[in-house]
Amino acid sequence: MKTYSYLTMTFIVLATVITGCKDQGENSNGALTSNAAERVYVEPGKFDEFYAFLSGGFSGQLAVYGIPSGRLLKVVPVFSQDPEKAYGYNEETKPMLNTTHGFIPWDDTHHPDMSQTKGVLDGRWVFMNGNNTPRIARVDLTTFETAEIIEIPNSAGNHSSSFVTENTEYVIAGTRFAVPIPQKDMPIKDYKGNFKASLSFLSVDQESGEMDLSFQIRLPGFAYDLVHPGRDKSHGWVFITTYNTEEAHTLLEVNASQNDKDFIAAVNWKKAEEYIKQGKFKTEKAEYAHNIYDEDTHMATSTIKNEVRVLDASELPGLVYFLPTPKSPHGCDVDPTGEYIVGNGKLSADLTVHSFTKMLDAIENKKFDGEAYNIPILNFEDVLGGTVKQPGLGPLHTEFDGKGNAYTTFFISSEVVKWKLGTWEILDRKPTYYSPGHLSIPGGNSRKPWGKYLLAMNKITKDRYLPTGPEVSQSAQLYDITGEKMELLSDFPTIGEPHYASMVPAELIQSKSKKIYRLDENKHPYATTSDANVKVEREGNEVHVYMTMIRSHLNPDNIEGVKVGDKVYFHLTNLEQDYDVPHGFAVIGAENSELLVMPGETETTVWYPKKVGVWPFYCTDFCSALHQEMSGYIRVSPADSNTELTWSLGD
Amino acid sequence: MKKAGLLMIIGSLLLLGLFKFPLWNIELEAPQYPDPLGMNIYIQGIEGEEEFDIQNIDGLNHYIGMRTIPKPEDMWEFGVFPTVIIIMVALGVLIGLLGIFEKVSYKWFMGWFILMSVLGILGMYDFNAWLTDYGSNLNPNAIMKLTQPDGTPMTYSPPLLGHEKMLNFDVTSLPATGAWMMFTGMMLTIFAFLVGWTKRKKV
Repeated sequence: MKTYSYLTMTFIVLATVITGCKDQGENSNGALTSNAAERVYVEPGKFDEFYAFLSGGFSGQLAVYGIPSGRLLKVVPVFSQDPEKAYGYNEETKPMLNTTHGFIPWDDTHHPDMSQTKGVLDGRWVFMNGNNTPRIARVDLTTFETAEIIEIPNSAGNHSSSFVTENTEYVIAGTRFAVPIPQKDMPIKDYKGNFKASLSFLSVDQESGEMDLSFQIRLPGFAYDLVHPGRDKSHGWVFITTYNTEEAHTLLEVNASQNDKDFIAAVNWKKAEEYIKQGKFKTEKAEYAHNIYDEDTHMATSTIKNEVRVLDASELPGLVYFLPTPKSPHGCDVDPTGEYIVGNGKLSADLTVHSFTKMLDAIENKKFDGEAYNIPILNFEDVLGGTVKQPGLGPLHTEFDGKGNAYTTFFISSEVVKWKLGTWEILDRKPTYYSPGHLSIPGGNSRKPWGKYLLAMNKITKDRYLPTGPEVSQSAQLYDITGEKMELLSDFPTIGEPHYASMVPAELIQSKSKKIYRLDENKHPYATTSDANVKVEREGNEVHVYMTMIRSHLNPDNIEGVKVGDKVYFHLTNLEQDYDVPHGFAVIGAENSELLVMPGETETTVWYPKKVGVWPFYCTDFCSALHQEMSGYIRVSPADSNTELTWSLGD
Repeated sequence: MKKAGLLMIIGSLLLLGLFKFPLWNIELEAPQYPDPLGMNIYIQGIEGEEEFDIQNIDGLNHYIGMRTIPKPEDMWEFGVFPTVIIIMVALGVLIGLLGIFEKVSYKWFMGWFILMSVLGILGMYDFNAWLTDYGSNLNPNAIMKLTQPDGTPMTYSPPLLGHEKMLNFDVTSLPATGAWMMFTGMMLTIFAFLVGWTKRKKV
């Protein structure tokens, strides 16, 4: 029977492909219609081969897709409030969005990067930057929840972040917008020489994953665009593209595009560690929030920290060198061997590749071409590894397949170009639809790429899908890169604007994914782990409801004695210990969101009763055959009434 | 008789497996439970295949008014069965030893086997009676009161042996490792009897 349905399925797929050929063979849809459908088709009930973690861009979240199917598996709320999951709405997760600017309900997420061990993606955590109010988040890949958010002080435009070193020693965060450090009231036109930038090194605890702002390197006030930690032989270094080395403060599109060459900054972080050890840092005042979600208490705490250790690149020799790189380079990408550093000069006709070996030699033999703010500029010819001639227009980002090939996106000419490291010859080019930003190959930024697929994340969608009014979703395109030529397999829409994606073989993560939270490990101070502990307590005008949820009732489901003007805390504990049985909770007139409580978890929502009456609450997640019955009433009496506080279930 | 007595001893000792391995296993599979819920029935009590299986089975059973799955202290069987097994093991080993030293005849081996079989059948009978009661003695205020096509109330007794479709669940009930060890042990005692019998014929 199974074989039979298999055959039928294959037949249907083939039929579709053949029909597809007939209908669209002459179309400009770009896909090779041979058997592309089969290669992205994942049978019902079967799993995808890879997880893809795509940033949500201006949605502030992280999207999890299955590859090759392009199916959306989950949206993990990170920097933006999410009423669906009560993230940033319930009492437990509000502290996650706390900053020194107050409670910030949104951010712009850019570069998810996965933890690594010995230069190989390891499936422990995904780190991601908030660009607007500078922060770095850590998403735990056993729960697929945001576990930590740390604010980055002395930073603005946290774009060149959150890139991970070979053994997850550090998550590195740069600054796109130079600012006065410390911040002060001063004329904008005095930018040049006065505004500065920071490169932050967040150390990571290898057990808990907890981040700590270890130190910052103070840099001249250029725009630091993208970062790539060295790999293998260049481990211990980090490379950062810059633009606006002109230090313009207005009309940047013109004024920051004047220099023939900007820089790739090469930072020796092993040297930085030495300087820290020698005490060559200055401890500066800098306020920043550090927010941690505790999986046992199911609660986040926010702590404000006050200091940061700073190393000044202009004063400490050997810490930073500048590699001249043509025309406002954007992406900065290091190949798996660590030898080649690709500067994707977005306004350049050619692609510049620096050689790490030559760079070390140039440093040793002082082949300098001047300096900037006391930082040596290496001689361009002496660090140049090679040039890819006329590859396309507007190169942005490069990834690698581990077989000696590099793949670069071209925004302006809207294509992906495959070229060979070392010979610099162009091997293939395929159009993308349209104007790709980042691309991602599983492990393509590490020592060990799994060079099977390439995902291009496009900035412009236009006519790729059925129209949905003026606003259309962003679009990603999946290519098969196992052959000599790339093959377009599929299009799929994405949330927000994905800037980068980290893709990893599913087996590194799937078996570690949690199914429930253990009730006997629930340390939430307001947890109700058995029906015997259900209660309602009044403390002045605050009322605490200790409520449980299990198929198919809420306990208590009748509450009386609440008054207008009270502040009611509903503390909901899901008593289930069964996979995929969350319960929701909503109460009429709530000013926040629902709760969506996972098995064994406790969540709290605050409700302000404003009107006298008897008001319902109910489970929002269709949990069971009697889900509709999973509801209750809360009686709200006038502020001056004497209604006794009572609660019950089933009388 | 030496070989036969040894077989008798090994056969009876195999019953000790019942203290470590489950006697019976009942699995419940449904569309919502692609990973089946499972109960392992030991002679000392019932445990879930996975940590929370019993809790989850009870949770589902409350809809159709079934009682919760009994704890060891709720059923006298879980006290008596281990004692009976210990006695039978001791008896078997004793008979085996006496057999080796030619103190008893090989017929005692058959005697042990018959006694064990009778006890086994009684145990199965009791187990089946419990299954029937557990599945049909339902809470009159059950949330879902379903009837058969002929109008009689639906019951939910799991099968003693084999497979049955119950509402959305496929229920499969089969002997488990402990039972297989017991059966093997009992077969060995018959074999011991046969060996004793053949040897005697040759003499």
